[in-house]
Amino acid sequence: MQLYLPIADLPVNVFLVLAMGAAVGFVSGMFGIGGGFLMTPLLIFIGITPAVAVASVASHIAASSFSGALAYWRRRAIDPALASVLLCGGVTGTALGVWTFTQLRALGQLDLMIALSYVVLLTTVGSLMFSEGLRALMRTRRGALPPRRTHNWIHGLPLKMRFKRSKIYLSVIPVVIVGILIGFIGAIMGIGGGFILVPIMIYLLRVPTSTVIGTSMVLTLVTMLFATLLHAVTNHLVDAVLALILMVGGVTGAQFGARAGQKIRGEQLRLLLGLLILSVGVRFAVELVIRPEDLFTIRELGVNG
Amino acid sequence: MMRAALAVLLVLLLGSAARAERLIVSVSNHRVTVTPNYSGEELVLFGSVEKDASTPADRKTYDLVVTVMGPRAEMVTRRKERTFGIWINTDYRQFLEVPSYLALFANRPFDVITSPEIARRQQIGLNNVLLTQRVSGDYADVVPNDVFRSAFIRLRTQRGLYREDPSAVTFLTPTLFRTGIPLPAEVPIGTYEVEIKLFADGAFIGKTETAFEIVKVGFEQFVATTARQNGLIYGLVTAAMALMTGWMASIVFRKD
Repeated sequence: MQLYLPIADLPVNVFLVLAMGAAVGFVSGMFGIGGGFLMTPLLIFIGITPAVAVASVASHIAASSFSGALAYWRRRAIDPALASVLLCGGVTGTALGVWTFTQLRALGQLDLMIALSYVVLLTTVGSLMFSEGLRALMRTRRGALPPRRTHNWIHGLPLKMRFKRSKIYLSVIPVVIVGILIGFIGAIMGIGGGFILVPIMIYLLRVPTSTVIGTSMVLTLVTMLFATLLHAVTNHLVDAVLALILMVGGVTGAQFGARAGQKIRGEQLRLLLGLLILSVGVRFAVELVIRPEDLFTIRELGVNG
Repeated sequence: MMRAALAVLLVLLLGSAARAERLIVSVSNHRVTVTPNYSGEELVLFGSVEKDASTPADRKTYDLVVTVMGPRAEMVTRRKERTFGIWINTDYRQFLEVPSYLALFANRPFDVITSPEIARRQQIGLNNVLLTQRVSGDYADVVPNDVFRSAFIRLRTQRGLYREDPSAVTFLTPTLFRTGIPLPAEVPIGTYEVEIKLFADGAFIGKTETAFEIVKVGFEQFVATTARQNGLIYGLVTAAMALMTGWMASIVFRKD
């Protein structure tokens, strides 16, 4: 069944987009991530312009993280204090991100920046996660204990605050900075940023695993809602029809993914996720290096009359 | 005085003699509505060449060139170049007020119908249509083999938005003709001007104009218009939709 996407301005097969939403939803449910870093590239791959893909995926991630956040809220696995401090940074970062997005688009360098950010971020995070997963797997083979967690320099920063539910005593400075960072890259790349945020919160901020995913989902939810709104107001690029199909596919797929994820061990899961992220990054890198089929592109700046 | 009046009359008569033929045309549909499941269609333009008393008796055959121009828009063509090992948009040209849809149809190849000089003056053929570029503060069209100009035409042609077909016009009788105007699925909305130019023995002898309109209807068009005109409301509704979907999912799949 063909459907015309009003903003992306091209006809797509509804079932193809629905299946893509479900597949990404499955993966995101399995690993407990938003899945934006898979969804945006897939949309670009089927011919939707990177700008529309990034803007529309934001609302799709908002939907999936809202259903996730609701589940974690019921289990009291969200730290409201930590979430609000993160959000102070997140909202600022998102606004900065959308502004940068608009500037880059006017310069004609948006597609390049999206591709470059994907290469840098995904290959770095992917290889870190992959090697960490490998090391963890070897440790459990040898039966060795994981290295003891020690306090790092971050815990020496001023403006400390007590986060009751997470049972940590932490400076607000690194928390706000992390929020800004995630908001910024999320708005430019069309990702929720969960796959970067969760490791940062665990390894750098020492947030306990009981509250880390739920709290990161709140940040994702609010930054992505805000990004949707800003992209709609400034760039008019959010395709609501596309977003709705993705959401329906995504939230359904996520439920089955979550069940599948419970059957796989943590280390293996991290190894798989690392590999997946790495391969998306490499794909973008290859695309940048090989000669494009057509060196010319046209952009319409609006029809008069 | 009398002589001057006669001269004026003569000029007028000669003038109308030069335009002896009248063109009468019509399109099959003056208002095309594009619905969500629209996948392109073809309009038909038909018409006839009306001779009158002043038409030279030996003039038997005519040639026709039909130009269809969609709403005008500003476009930018960019070129990628290899920089530091990766392909980056470096150079660009701005095309001003160029037709978003452009089709040229004729009954014979353009170079057989008329001389290159008249073809250029009458903008016959994609190479001769005026496509104004902004060239460092100046406005001008460039030579037809300019890389940006030819890339622009090539890309538009690939999308089915620019086309030329020198065999699309068929004469049913020596004076009665028809041609199809293909409109692809992603046709821009707006007013389309149709110009029909008549040639005989290589000379341009007259033209007429008509127009049709393409409007999009349905939910998709409503969404597109709202997104452009009421960005804030559109964004809020999309955000609310995301929340609703997420909430519904958490109810439907709740594990109790």
